[in-house]
Amino acid sequence: MAPTTRWNEARRYLGAAVAVLPALVLGGPARAAETGHLFAAMQVEQLEYRLKNGANVLAWDAHAWVGTDDHKAWLETEGEKPNGERLEQGEFRLLFGRRISDYFDGRVGIRYDVAPSPDRGFAVFSLHGLAPYWFEVDASAFVSHEGEVSARFSADYELLITQRMILQPSMEVDLAAQSVRERGLGSGLNDLELGLRLRYEFVRNFAPYVGIHWERKFGGTADLAREEGEDAEDLAFVVGVRLLL
Amino acid sequence: MTGQGFTCCRRRALQLAGAAAIAGTFSIHPGRRSFATAAGEYGLEITAGRITVDGVGSKAIMMGGSVPAPTLRWREGEEVVIHATNRLDVPTSIHWHGLLLEGVMDGAPGFNGFVAIRPGETWTYRFKLRQSGTYWYHSHSAMQEQQGMYGAIVIEPTGREPVKADRDYVVVLSDHTREDPRRVLANLKIDAGYYNYQKRTLIDFFRDAGREGFWNALTDRLHWAEMRMDPTDLADVTGYTFLVNGRGPKDNWTALFEPGQRVRLRFINASAMSFFDVRIPGLAMTVVSADGQNVQPVRVDEFRFGPGETYDVVVLPREDGAFTIFAEPIDRSGYARATLAPREGMEGPIPERRPRTILSMADMGMDHGETGHGSADRGAGHGMHGGAGMDHAAMGHGAPAADGGPRRPFGWADAATPPGTKALDYADLRAATRNPDDREPTHEIEVRLTGIMERYMWSVNGRPFGKEEPIRVRYGDRVRLKFVNTTMMAHPMHLHGMFVELENGQGDRKPRKHVVVVPPGRTVSAVLTANEPGEWPFHCHLLYHMEAGMMTRFVVEPKLA
Repeated sequence: MAPTTRWNEARRYLGAAVAVLPALVLGGPARAAETGHLFAAMQVEQLEYRLKNGANVLAWDAHAWVGTDDHKAWLETEGEKPNGERLEQGEFRLLFGRRISDYFDGRVGIRYDVAPSPDRGFAVFSLHGLAPYWFEVDASAFVSHEGEVSARFSADYELLITQRMILQPSMEVDLAAQSVRERGLGSGLNDLELGLRLRYEFVRNFAPYVGIHWERKFGGTADLAREEGEDAEDLAFVVGVRLLL
Repeated sequence: MTGQGFTCCRRRALQLAGAAAIAGTFSIHPGRRSFATAAGEYGLEITAGRITVDGVGSKAIMMGGSVPAPTLRWREGEEVVIHATNRLDVPTSIHWHGLLLEGVMDGAPGFNGFVAIRPGETWTYRFKLRQSGTYWYHSHSAMQEQQGMYGAIVIEPTGREPVKADRDYVVVLSDHTREDPRRVLANLKIDAGYYNYQKRTLIDFFRDAGREGFWNALTDRLHWAEMRMDPTDLADVTGYTFLVNGRGPKDNWTALFEPGQRVRLRFINASAMSFFDVRIPGLAMTVVSADGQNVQPVRVDEFRFGPGETYDVVVLPREDGAFTIFAEPIDRSGYARATLAPREGMEGPIPERRPRTILSMADMGMDHGETGHGSADRGAGHGMHGGAGMDHAAMGHGAPAADGGPRRPFGWADAATPPGTKALDYADLRAATRNPDDREPTHEIEVRLTGIMERYMWSVNGRPFGKEEPIRVRYGDRVRLKFVNTTMMAHPMHLHGMFVELENGQGDRKPRKHVVVVPPGRTVSAVLTANEPGEWPFHCHLLYHMEAGMMTRFVVEPKLA
């Protein structure tokens, strides 16, 4: 058997292995359900319309979790759909994790991208929590079913202007170990996104916002975008709503 | 709000109650039934119903058909029998808070062999009253206490009543929410600051920068942010209406007196989550009892108490006018109000609201003696109300504001008590009689109060209930409980089944308590004679803290034969 074939086979099992992990981690929540200490939440962090030169974009970022203090399962999704065009980015993650410190959860799971095409499945390893100075951070590593390795780091902060008017700066950076031409990704630093959103919490569960969203592609990723006739840099005004369900 | 749920098996008791009320030996609060009886046998139904607070209706769970439940007036030495019938569709329980009784009658499911009362079932409590004083009863299941399952117990002594009073009223303070308590807990789990609308904002920053200087204000913020702690976290839950005997501030529950009469007010903090600062502007209060146990009279202008605690005070209104009983929660998110008046329908002025304090680094246990008050390890003397002056030196707080405004309170214990007035301090409490057991404790048990606010996890000694490490003592042991609060919230720690004696510097007259408030970042100690065998709940009486895990077992192992 050629090494590449063996690797392909190994990758096939990787998905299965990741799917088994949840069962192990979910033992905790299952026990907690009996004593009534199972909690759940659903939050639409961003549901917004990005207004910019060219096509406007509908974008979302939402997650739900169920679990206990110590063990949780998360379903997360984010994506972008330009007006009148096909889905540009569509990402789903199913993660299972446990509390590894007072403020951080360690998580593993799977990610599946329905866009950009072709579809990709990934194994995910993530560290998620609250860093000193109240920064909410997530550091994730991804291994795709084609064996591609990438990483993402995100952070955001909430600045209370008043009790209900909150300014939220955020950043996200994507990195890749290799280039994946067909998906428009170069190696190294792929892109950087910066956001600044000002929301008003009429109630905790409902907060409309306005803001700006800036993103820039770098290196090979930027080159590939230019070949496709896209800009490497994008600035958008956003209007959206944040929901806690 | 009276209902049909409360029936007395002995008609004579009702007649006695009526006769006693007419005779004026004590009063029954309006709209409620209470009983003065020799031996008593009662039926108490637990039902779901509706109450109206300040004109707004909401769901409630009731015992005996009302919120609060009927005041149970008993006499020391008698045996009482209570048939509690669960008319809910979920299990329930009734716990007799502060009463000395056999473990299985204590009414805490999962302890001492007591099992929750299932829907449709009746459980018969039977116990002999071994004490006198002010106590209360409430559910110990599924946060039903927050929904209205609480009521007062008044036990008259067999011997001479040392407290002389012409009028005697129960004042049950509580916090009422229209939200389902399970939703409240879920919201706290999702966001521990969900209910806090008094966080520090950018606008506060500029105000403080103006008063204290930019760098001071910034450094202070950075200290708190580095620890991921919030100095405005005084109360976890807001949105409450604060009640006196089930009545909102607009309902204005009223107690009557004739000028010159001595009025005994039995304050019970039956709230789920609220520490109250209580005062009656224009009247000094003489504290005569704490947690049902008589203390040497202390004259105060105000007192602070936590969920589960009780204080009996005597007031002597001489004027023919109305006085306002005013209780503010420490986060100042509202107030409870009632009136003491010679006639129905009168109203006293609503006093000016006190400013809200902000937590200090000392509340985080970060003072390490620098500020000199060093109450930690020195017993409870300065535990509550360390008095004006504590912490004030730090960071330019406490001094009159540069803009000439009133002094801003600083630190958990600072109730903004005006100069020249007296707030009750734990150190003031001196038992009316000598402590019966003068042995030195043979060993010390450290009770660390622990938690992770951000996740809304609470525990004792780092272990949440369910994974608890029981505290074990042998019958007859004399032990010291050293409460070490590692969190930034105060915890009213309640031990079932036994009183502890607070080590507050009162020598052989340590006050006996069933709830000990341990302020944030402080250490408080109490001694205990383990003379009630059983497996007792030992928990924080903040309802959502207990529900989140802040409970353990206190096991008194029986004497070997």
